[in-house]
Amino acid sequence: MDLFSNLSLGFGVALTPINLLYAFIGCFFGTLIGVLPGIGPVATIAMLLPATFALPPVSALIMLAGIYYGAQYGGSTTSILVNLPGEASSVVTCIDGYQMARQGRAGLALATAALGSFFAGSVGVLMLAAFARPLTVLASKFGPAEYFSLMVLGLIGAVVLASGSLLKAIAMTVLGLLLGIVGTDVNSGVPRFSFGIPELIDGIGFVVIAMGIFGYGEIVSNLGQAEGEREVFTTEVHDLFPTKRDFKDITPAVLRGTVVGSILGVLPGGGALLGAFAAYALEKKVGQRPGDIPFGKGNIRGVASPESANNAGAQTSFIPLLTLGIPPNAVMALMIGAMIIHNIQPGPQVMARNPELFWGLIASMWIGNLMLVILNLPLNGMWIRLLKVPYDFLFPAIVLFCAIGVYATNNNTFDIWMVALFGFVGYLFIKLGCEPAPLLLGFILGPMMEENLRRALLLSLGDWSTFVTRPLSAGLLAAAVLMLFVVLLPAVKTKRKAAFIEE
Amino acid sequence: MKIKSQKDFFSGLLFMGFGVAFAWGAATYKVGQADRMGPGYFPLMLGILMTVLGVLIVAKALVVKTESGDKIGGWAWKPLAYVLGANLAFGVLLGGLPGIGLPAFGLVAGIYVLTLVASLAGKRFGFRRALVLATVLAAFSYLVFIVFLKLQIPAWPAFLAG
Repeated sequence: MDLFSNLSLGFGVALTPINLLYAFIGCFFGTLIGVLPGIGPVATIAMLLPATFALPPVSALIMLAGIYYGAQYGGSTTSILVNLPGEASSVVTCIDGYQMARQGRAGLALATAALGSFFAGSVGVLMLAAFARPLTVLASKFGPAEYFSLMVLGLIGAVVLASGSLLKAIAMTVLGLLLGIVGTDVNSGVPRFSFGIPELIDGIGFVVIAMGIFGYGEIVSNLGQAEGEREVFTTEVHDLFPTKRDFKDITPAVLRGTVVGSILGVLPGGGALLGAFAAYALEKKVGQRPGDIPFGKGNIRGVASPESANNAGAQTSFIPLLTLGIPPNAVMALMIGAMIIHNIQPGPQVMARNPELFWGLIASMWIGNLMLVILNLPLNGMWIRLLKVPYDFLFPAIVLFCAIGVYATNNNTFDIWMVALFGFVGYLFIKLGCEPAPLLLGFILGPMMEENLRRALLLSLGDWSTFVTRPLSAGLLAAAVLMLFVVLLPAVKTKRKAAFIEE
Repeated sequence: MKIKSQKDFFSGLLFMGFGVAFAWGAATYKVGQADRMGPGYFPLMLGILMTVLGVLIVAKALVVKTESGDKIGGWAWKPLAYVLGANLAFGVLLGGLPGIGLPAFGLVAGIYVLTLVASLAGKRFGFRRALVLATVLAAFSYLVFIVFLKLQIPAWPAFLAG
């Protein structure tokens, strides 16, 4: 069996001591930043990227991937114990998880989150392995017109799912595309928007943008907010394991969460966040038996389902990245950047040209999930203690690691000036209510989009109808239009608002 | 005419500004036509699109009512200045400023200054606490980045290393 031999190749790569070590480091950092509110996977991956330069590409990607899905595990701990989302994707877990903690059932909530995540993560990895080949076959039929349309679909997807104003999200995407264009034009050799600054001829580094906007911008915004009272449940974490009756409640919820999360993770603009919201909404719709604890009062299904969904989504969002080379969200956009730094051209050819990387990464994700269960269940006390570290100690450290990370990417102080500029811009966007994720996605896709647009129109002799006369391209564009249309429907519009209001 | 959403109004203006600037800049490069695009074609297109989006956002901010007026609210100038200042000071100490003859002081000095300045952005500042934190971070960074990862970062002042 093909899949079997591929997976055994993958496990052969992932089980080498060095890759096990880096998977562990990634999962460890992922859990760490997942537990800590105020720092997300985007800034962390950007920060640790320079540390991977000396590594083989497989180990580097294994570690960076571990940060993303590890954060999904860690985020639930903070949500449950402190009623503060450690990660955005754990926002809904706060609702029932924190109530459970107040009733002295914190241990059960934590165990449910970790076990649900593990099951969902395993399914997500399997989906990734199973869908990889058919999708790369499809991708081989893609010409520049199809790639362009696919990227349009991806960007529209990101916009549709961004919270807040649709128009502003589109504008942020376009700004990202424009920033991506800064630097030398590959076709003509003309340096664009570089103002004669030699460092800008190579373009703006994506680490600089990610760090400035997601790192510094967020820190300043956090510091500007009034400190809320935190009530940490640290002493009474016991009774970790679910009873038979609990299992009866959890199992269907986990299954539903996994399905919802896996599907929404693949969608352009998807990932961990959306799945968690949708899964919680679904769980409420499914209803409950008489005598069950109502949702919002500590229903265990309100923890099981979204926590499964966010982890499933984190895994399946690698599908478009690894098979098509198209990042569905900001974290995946960073992974593309990391691949390029390590000289791997993202796209359908990765599977054929770097099979050990492709399958090694997939296998490592399953191993990583296993590590995370251990990191999060028996070692939970360690993370809980971490929650007591005041932000006053944390944020100077984050500022420092951002600065070192930015400098080490190019060994250039120019990037440090740039990151200050983008830190200011990032804070400005937060104040103006503009969500930054679409900007980062646009920034990564900008050069690719321009390249494919040019090629498509060169092949069609300047005829724009090529995008709608080629069936695959037309289908992708139709999907994009449909997505926009659906969000603009009045019924969905109010629902969308309601879904994000719980933040 | 009253501004109904402050956030939208100003972000719209910002986007318009960016759009016009990029479109203007793009127009100075060769634009070409669809089958042979010059370096200016794609950015010009996007710049125009961005300007239009900015206009739409401003218009919406003037027309569509919001409950609270969508106020931008106070700026956290102090944290902003200290965090970005810490970052800039770190850059200056790490690389030096040849323009004014300031030598590079290296990573360790940079870490101390960055930590102290950044700590000022917090709600509570204690000099002793910040110093302890800086020492811990300096030792950790030296071990991880210089000893273990062997990154090419100067650790000590250039004039001491000789």
